[in-house]
Formats: sequence, structure tokens, C-alpha cells
Amino acid sequence: MPRSLKKGPFVDDHIMKKARQAKETDDRRLIRTWSRRSVVLPEFVGLNIAVHNGNKFIPVFITENMVGHKLGEFAPTRTFRRHTSKSDKRAVRR
Amino acid sequence: MPRIVGVDLPNKRSVVALTYIYGIGPTSAAKILDKVQIDHSVRANDLDEAQVTAIRSVIENDYKVEGELRGEVNMNIKRLMDLGNYRGLRHRRGLPVRGQRTKTNARTRKGPRRIFGKKR
Repeated sequence: MPRSLKKGPFVDDHIMKKARQAKETDDRRLIRTWSRRSVVLPEFVGLNIAVHNGNKFIPVFITENMVGHKLGEFAPTRTFRRHTSKSDKRAVRR
Repeated sequence: MPRIVGVDLPNKRSVVALTYIYGIGPTSAAKILDKVQIDHSVRANDLDEAQVTAIRSVIENDYKVEGELRGEVNMNIKRLMDLGNYRGLRHRRGLPVRGQRTKTNARTRKGPRRIFGKKR
């Protein structure tokens, strides 16, 4: 079920503050954040935000299309190291 | 056999026949027929020319169907893929997008099973 429109988009205050400041001072440095739950607002377009994935910060350049998605969507939390290939398996068996 | 937006309707009750159009399900089929005041149980082949034209105009004006709709769906998927977000990645890899389990099942997305560890 989608979020009630009445409430408006959810953005953590601390990232809001940093984003505003960066926009005002035209600061292009990475903004580090753990706030994966925050929605990307139109104001964020053009900023570089480093989103924490539980291990490190993944730099995300915010484009117009990303508005309305959550920051966490752009920083995958899992690494898939691929299954052992067939040739590997055979080598192990013999 | 009446033709509407490039689809031949089978000779079934017209509510059912309309659902053969991509983008028209049971609900919209019923709404369309109510709007042009045709009984739901009339067979598709028994619709007269005027009725078919009426249905056609309602669909063309109010509904996004067939190629246009397919295009929109593909555009949305492409948008997600270009974005580099989680849903896009899942689409790229052909895995379920909405958090379903993949340890078992998920065969619709993953396609037929690939055989592993063949017996010697």
C-alpha cells in the first residue's frame, strides 16, 4: 500500500539540511549518509550522495529520473559472488 | 468475427471476448459494454456493425491497449534498468523484482531449470 499523500515524502532532517547547504554553497562534495530510507526529492538532483550499504558508502549521482525513489535503492546491500561453474565442480569431484 | 484494435474477437460472450485484447480485463470489458449499453451475454459474432463501432470508439478514446500499452510497460522497465537501482538490477538479471524467494520457485522469471551436477 502506498504512503498517504497527506504526509508528504519522508526525508530525514539531517540529510535535508546537508542537501540544502550543498545547494546553496554549490558544494559538489560527497554527502555521506546512512539514511537509506529517505526519498529522493527534486531538490537533490545534481548532488552526489554517498549512501551507506552496511559496509561502505556507495556514491550516487542523483538524476531527475531518481526522484521519488528511496536512496537505499541505489546502494545494493548484498554481493553475489556467482555460483561455482561447472568446470570448477568437476575439478573438485575428481 | 469482429476486429477491434488489431485483434480478432473470438465468438464468445462479449464481456469475455473483449478480454482477448491486451489491456482489457474483465473489469474494463464490463465497463465498456455498460457504457455502450450492450448486454454482456451477446455473442461477439452477433454484434452488429454499429455496436462494434461504438465499442471501438470507446476503447480508442478511453483505453491504452495493445502496442501502445506494451510500449509503456517496456519503457517503465527500461527506466528502472537505466536508473541502476535495485529493481532495475533485478530486471537486468531476470530475477523476481518484488522480494520473492529465489532459493526455490521463481521459475516464471528464471525460466526452465538448468541441470546441475549431472550423474556420471
